Amino acid sequence: MEKIIVCIKAVPDPEKVKVDPETHTLKREGTELLLNPPDESAVEMALRLKDAFSAEVVAISMGPPNAENVLKKVYAMGVDKTVLICDRAFAGSDTLATSYVLAGAIKKLSPFSLVIMGMQSLDGATSQVPPETASLIGIPSVTNVKEIKKEGENLVVIRESDYGEEELEISLPAVIAVTTQIDYIRPCSLKRLLKLEDIKSEQLDAEKLSLDRNKLGLSGSPTRVADVYEKKLELKGKIYQGEPEDLVDRFIEILKEKGIIKE
Amino acid sequence: MINYFLEKKHITMLELIEEIGERYIKPFALKWDEEEIYDPTPIKALSQADLFGIIIPEEYGGLGWGSFEMCLAVEKLSYYCAGVSTTYAASFLGSYPILLFGNKKQKERYLPDIASGKKLCAFALTEPQAGSDAFAIKTTARKDGDFYILNGMKQWITNGGIADIYIVIALTDPAKGARGASAFIVEKGDPGFSVGKKEKKLGLRASVTTELFFNDCKIPADRLISREGMGFIVALKTLDYARCGAGAQALGIAQSALEISLKHATTRIQFGQPVYNFQAVGHTFAEMAVKLEASRALVYSTARYIDSGAKDISSASSMAKYFATETAMWICERAIQMMGGFGYMRDYPVQKFFRDAKCLQIYEGTNEIQKNVIARELLKYYK
Repeated sequence: MEKIIVCIKAVPDPEKVKVDPETHTLKREGTELLLNPPDESAVEMALRLKDAFSAEVVAISMGPPNAENVLKKVYAMGVDKTVLICDRAFAGSDTLATSYVLAGAIKKLSPFSLVIMGMQSLDGATSQVPPETASLIGIPSVTNVKEIKKEGENLVVIRESDYGEEELEISLPAVIAVTTQIDYIRPCSLKRLLKLEDIKSEQLDAEKLSLDRNKLGLSGSPTRVADVYEKKLELKGKIYQGEPEDLVDRFIEILKEKGIIKE
Repeated sequence: MINYFLEKKHITMLELIEEIGERYIKPFALKWDEEEIYDPTPIKALSQADLFGIIIPEEYGGLGWGSFEMCLAVEKLSYYCAGVSTTYAASFLGSYPILLFGNKKQKERYLPDIASGKKLCAFALTEPQAGSDAFAIKTTARKDGDFYILNGMKQWITNGGIADIYIVIALTDPAKGARGASAFIVEKGDPGFSVGKKEKKLGLRASVTTELFFNDCKIPADRLISREGMGFIVALKTLDYARCGAGAQALGIAQSALEISLKHATTRIQFGQPVYNFQAVGHTFAEMAVKLEASRALVYSTARYIDSGAKDISSASSMAKYFATETAMWICERAIQMMGGFGYMRDYPVQKFFRDAKCLQIYEGTNEIQKNVIARELLKYYK
């Protein structure tokens, strides 16, 4: 196994996320971005393969300039090299346009043995990018993987399904989408954290990847988000005050009104 | 509170330990304590985070830092679980003899694995009849050609069984008493070396404490640290260096006890108001905060004094350990009292801190022994 590419995504902090009212897409620039949780599992799995087979692990991320912080985090976890794929033309990309960009970057980083991704992103949650990317590169993919083992030239993966677990053998190169069911994720290395200021990701853009601009961004995306709205959470609890005896009677009446208890 | 002017590297280290504490320790600490379980997961995380390399020189794969950074790390870890920090700090205790007195070959052989956390250390001095009276040890080491043959037993050894490297103090010349002791490196798996029962403890229950047995334990002669007769000098100097780590543990435990009981007191309503509003309660917290900050100042100053290369560190080290651990015990007792019944229940962590803090007054030299050291050293300055 020579090179493992891990695709990671910088996602907005769910507690601070903002939506662009015009494009109906999430605003990523200028907001605090976190490492997509399933991608953390993908990095851990790649690093375990690196520990076992001395493979080179390259983390790539398509995102705004501030996605660099997330790449730095995975560098601190132990990946060998980081690549930021950044271009204003990518803004508003749906899963197909995203997969097109990722496929272009992965091909540029060839040769590679394996691509590992988190099975879905916290913000999009479509699970479409891993199989779409594999399809565009022309290699096999397996989704919902909870464990990766190498046996000879092939990989054996444990895949979770609605009916239990499947053990699949997969020839390389391939794309694997992993779940968050991993038992342990390593912390950052202090030595690497102390060197982070000197670390700069390789920068790739649409031109360097020779991408067709008609397939990028909002205009290159067949998906249209018709509307986006904030879910309003409302507390329906009421506080009744009075003497305990009266309150118990009132409480029983309410339960009857709501049909929770009968006469 | 007080700004200790930490450097950026210290803040980075503390944030990393906080992340480890929140993820790998906090959700499980009460379970480990309740079930008296040693879980290797946080130790694995600490090793992958390079945190076992703090005091190991860079040439051996460490960070090349000193006692101050060791104390900061131990304090932060103890904030989450003093059982875990005991396993961690005991490994430093076991590595100091090699670091301070080991020859180049011994350093090259052992320090890289200690720095990476691949191998844990243990320090074995105490025996059933030799606690505070450490000179009363009976374990012997007889030279036999290119080997030493060890016989005897050690008691209450932290990291017994889980450590790979053991520093064992044994008598090479029993007739010379304290001057006849030597320090040896014993490795897990050495013939004639075995680990006895795991002790059942009041606190620090996430750590492992065992007996060690040496039954014609044969080790190569090059495992002798320094030279024959230096055993107690190695042991006492090691304790001088490591003791402020026990003080740092006390800071972490006390900080946690203070924060949890303070949160309780400001939200617990009695007589129509938070109990914190009652002067007796507020004053207690004021005293807790003052004593904790005074302990922290003493521990940090001592650690920096050690890092300055000073030779006369015994007294300062004993003062830091004595004062901070007595304070932690007092703060934990007060924290329980401030929480009333909640503090006494095992559903809440303050009772665990109370039990953990108790051991700090006893191990790495009882606090009575620390006062002996301080009293003895005083005469050098004021006689």
